[in-house]
Amino acid sequence: MNEFLVALTIVLSLVLAVWSLVTTIRNRPPDRSHLAGLAVVELAVLALAVTALVSWAGGAQPAEAGTFAGYLLTLVCLPPLAGVLGRMEPTRWGSVIVTVVCLVIPVVVLRLQQTWQVPGV
Amino acid sequence: MSEPTPRSGTRPTPPDGGPEAAEPTGTRRINSGPGRALVAVYILFAIAASCRAAVQIITKFDEAPVAYLLSALAAAIYIVATVGLARGDAVGRRTALVCCSVEFAGVLAVGALSLVDPALFPDDTVWSDFGGGYGYVPLVLPVLGLLWLRHTRPGRT
Repeated sequence: MNEFLVALTIVLSLVLAVWSLVTTIRNRPPDRSHLAGLAVVELAVLALAVTALVSWAGGAQPAEAGTFAGYLLTLVCLPPLAGVLGRMEPTRWGSVIVTVVCLVIPVVVLRLQQTWQVPGV
Repeated sequence: MSEPTPRSGTRPTPPDGGPEAAEPTGTRRINSGPGRALVAVYILFAIAASCRAAVQIITKFDEAPVAYLLSALAAAIYIVATVGLARGDAVGRRTALVCCSVEFAGVLAVGALSLVDPALFPDDTVWSDFGGGYGYVPLVLPVLGLLWLRHTRPGRT
């Protein structure tokens, strides 16, 4: 797994989480800035997924292949899910949705990394 | 499982009465506002629990059949609860009420059992250790669900 992309995805997601939290506190629905942010996070996630799949195809084997694939599939679906649900709810609670999903993405990325690496190596 | 008795004279109010609040006052739907955020978290848990159960059952079912079947049951309950909350009608409300209750009972029972007799669950489930593997969200989520259902119970119909 590309360490830089892992860190980048986590940082971008956390930044967007903080921004969405600010929006929630200001009692605002998610706007274009959040959708743009989710698009950026999705690009980072896709880059992460592509590099992981390329190195998998190149012979590197994830420690837990099934779980890894599941997490990867879930991960690429999360930013669009936040975007769709956030737009469906044009109140502060839409911002809550974006915040929650953006807090979940780093957790999934970290779990993804754990399932890629052999424990203890 | 019966519907809560309607309170007379209490008008459900939105939690945020700000001028930006776009939702109409007076009618309270369980699948909008905070309810939609709840649905989002339920979707995440439905996905997480389903994937976990699928991987466990496909790859190593023989190791801990009880734990893995429980994972599958939890996953099914999360899915049904999600659908119930998202539907938002009377049937959905009742479905969600049953699911949240079962979830809460499940996380308490499995959490207690996994502490008392760890041998019963050789591998973790979503509900082991009171959901500690998932930041105790599985313990909090059904409570939030039940509080939300209580908050939005039909009071004027």
